[in-house]
Amino acid sequence: MNITNEPVDAVVVGLGWTGAIMAIELAKAGLRVRALERGPDRPNAEFAYPKPADELAYAHRHKIMQSPRQAGFTVRRTRDETAQPMRVLGKFRLGDGVGGSGLHWTAVQIRPTPTDLKLKTFVDEHYAPGALDEELQIQNYPVSWDEIEPHMDFFDRVTGTSGEDGKDPFEGPRTSPYPLPALKDTLNCAMFRGQAEKMGYHPFSNPSAAVSQAYTNPYGQQIAPCNYCGYCSFYACLNYSKASPQTTILDTLNRMPNYDYLTGANVTKVELHPDGKTARGVTYVDNDGNEVFQPADIVILASFSLNNVRLMLNSKIGQQYDPLTGEGTVGRNYAYQLGSGYTMFFKDKEFNPFVAAGPTGVMFNDFGPGNFDSSQLGFVGGAKVHSSQATGNPISMAMMPGSPKWGPGFNKALKDSYGHSMAVKMTISNVSTRGNYLDLDPTYKDPYGMPMLRMTYDYPQNDLRLAEFLNGKVKEIVDALGPDMVVDGTLTTKSRMNYTAGYSSTHNVGGAVMGDDPRTSAVNRYLQSWDVHNVFVPSGSAFPQNFQANPTALIGALSYWCAQAIKDRYLQNPGPLV
Amino acid sequence: MTQTPSTPPQQGLRRRELLIGSAIAMTAATLGIPFGRLTAAEAAAAGAPDLASYTPTFFDAEEMRALSAICDTLIPADEDGPGALATNVPVFIDLQMDTSYGRGEDWYMEGPHDPNAGDAFGYQLPYDLRTLYRKGLAATDAWSRDQHGAGFADLSGEQRVEALNALSKGEVDFAAYGEPMLDGETFFDFLLQNTREGYLADPIYGGNKGMAAWVMIGFPGARASFLEWVTRHNIPYPLGPVDLGGNFAPLPNVKA
Repeated sequence: MNITNEPVDAVVVGLGWTGAIMAIELAKAGLRVRALERGPDRPNAEFAYPKPADELAYAHRHKIMQSPRQAGFTVRRTRDETAQPMRVLGKFRLGDGVGGSGLHWTAVQIRPTPTDLKLKTFVDEHYAPGALDEELQIQNYPVSWDEIEPHMDFFDRVTGTSGEDGKDPFEGPRTSPYPLPALKDTLNCAMFRGQAEKMGYHPFSNPSAAVSQAYTNPYGQQIAPCNYCGYCSFYACLNYSKASPQTTILDTLNRMPNYDYLTGANVTKVELHPDGKTARGVTYVDNDGNEVFQPADIVILASFSLNNVRLMLNSKIGQQYDPLTGEGTVGRNYAYQLGSGYTMFFKDKEFNPFVAAGPTGVMFNDFGPGNFDSSQLGFVGGAKVHSSQATGNPISMAMMPGSPKWGPGFNKALKDSYGHSMAVKMTISNVSTRGNYLDLDPTYKDPYGMPMLRMTYDYPQNDLRLAEFLNGKVKEIVDALGPDMVVDGTLTTKSRMNYTAGYSSTHNVGGAVMGDDPRTSAVNRYLQSWDVHNVFVPSGSAFPQNFQANPTALIGALSYWCAQAIKDRYLQNPGPLV
Repeated sequence: MTQTPSTPPQQGLRRRELLIGSAIAMTAATLGIPFGRLTAAEAAAAGAPDLASYTPTFFDAEEMRALSAICDTLIPADEDGPGALATNVPVFIDLQMDTSYGRGEDWYMEGPHDPNAGDAFGYQLPYDLRTLYRKGLAATDAWSRDQHGAGFADLSGEQRVEALNALSKGEVDFAAYGEPMLDGETFFDFLLQNTREGYLADPIYGGNKGMAAWVMIGFPGARASFLEWVTRHNIPYPLGPVDLGGNFAPLPNVKA
């Protein structure tokens, strides 16, 4: 059945972090706002103790993740391969339902640096022409630190970010200190911190959006102190401690009379006016299979970065990027993040790995871009080096090297391995390249008959050379800590992307990047579509390339920045803001 | 699931005394708990089915025999731990077949399928998990009969280990036994992952009976509250596990 809803001022597609932020800020400005979320809304009762303390359901059966059947992707490394659907969830895991990925995230809320935002300028100033691979398509973020930092500051206050002030000499200037003190160090944190300091690095606690103390945020929502329950990344918080749209925004938003939201509303398309210059609303399919048109004056694409790109392509907003000609912008500069590192085993140490918040850990930024001289090394980028203890769940536990994977001796291997390991890892920036991009798959479709998003992506050699350089540096820390055994899980220049079931990260960014030039960006500096001016796309899809920090701090800030531009300028004079 | 007793505690205890069978005895003996000292945790374990008398919901009797023999070979009972049989891992796998996971409801199953796309693309077969198990168990048994004149469950311990080694290394050609697409290595990877899950997941899913695998490794299960423990470094956590059903298991060396 075809249904048309009553019009609203603004429709928000997706109710994760960006959707919640956009909805509350636009509703506060007096707009009539409706959010459309394709997944379910889960009552708090579902997250009551001890229900989320269930490794099988959350970490292995992906209870609160989007399933490949419902919202999948096809994947390949290079253009000469035939993309295959990612049939079983694994490498990256998007959230499903109200809260989006903000419900199951690890809640490390580290900011990028001013250099990360102006990486193109950094390259131009520090590298000789031709010193870097020709395939790189590095671009500046089209906002200055002074413009975006106040929004990171506000988002920190929304989430109650808990961190150590003044310990990271490489961080950009802050409007205000962390709202709360850092989480406590577990044993691995203390060991890593001590060793890193001894070697002249500048370690500090992972900035955490699982809060260290009771906290009331600017919306009046109250968050309880984290109890290090050990069920955080992949889980919904059982303690109202991890910042999520639910714990920090939605209880307030849901009480506003000019706001409502629908679940089970799967948006398939943004509908354009005949001239293609403005959108007239969105079409969604509800749980009964009805096709519903939701008219709106403003369309906010606030689903996960990859889904935003797919919606733009399926709606013909902007032109598909072509890696051969370099023309077109939607799908351009898709980027990810690289994980590399070592796992150490200590027979005589008890790490109690089940004592953990998702963000429990210590990191240093001495290898961020510009913080060490890489101008002669043939690569650009950097890494955060960290030792985190995010979970001690046993099904996925690390096993000592050389131990049997099954059969005789397996029980002993489990006993000897569990609780006796810690890791030192690198989260490595990812340059954008000409050949890493997104488009629509020619073969595979979703349950609504819409083409799936096709991902063409492999690790750039630039980043793998950076990884190899860092491996040596990090190995010095590992050796100095004196473990009994080490598992080498590092990347080398021979490493390739794979889509097996092992998790890497959900830091998929780019594909609808922000910029000052409509030939190389899909949205302008206010996250407004260059082509359809009443469509705004505040999400990780706006990142021109990925940095070494976790993405959520900037995604939240970009959402506030976008909302402010709409409130202060667009509403008075709807049209292109640039 | 049905593993948590719905009867009042006193009745549960009486029921336990009636139900103590070989599997319970093995668990208790492995943990070094004298029979006279069985507590609420063992009562909960006793509410779980006895593997020998368990009626599978998905597998037929022959498949269940083969699956149990495989689980036993993957995680055998020994002086360090209870093993897959005493902890009901085959029960766990059987029950998983009747979930959305077993039915492949979350997987993208539309064609075309290219099973030869390569390891980088992950799982690409057109089978949901229950189909994969059915085919894999049949092919494994057929291969075993061809090699040894007996199904997997009737092989000697040594032969079983050899057979699983061959499966895990991709040395068994399932195509010769009527399965042109499913390869032994893929089947083995699911067997191992699911066996490990059944051993270490919450008992609510039918395995890890009595939380015995958690006791073995020192994992406190669903306690999920450690605010005061975060700063106590390098000290073994003293309390045994609790499960999602609210049951607790004692440490073997702590007097209840």
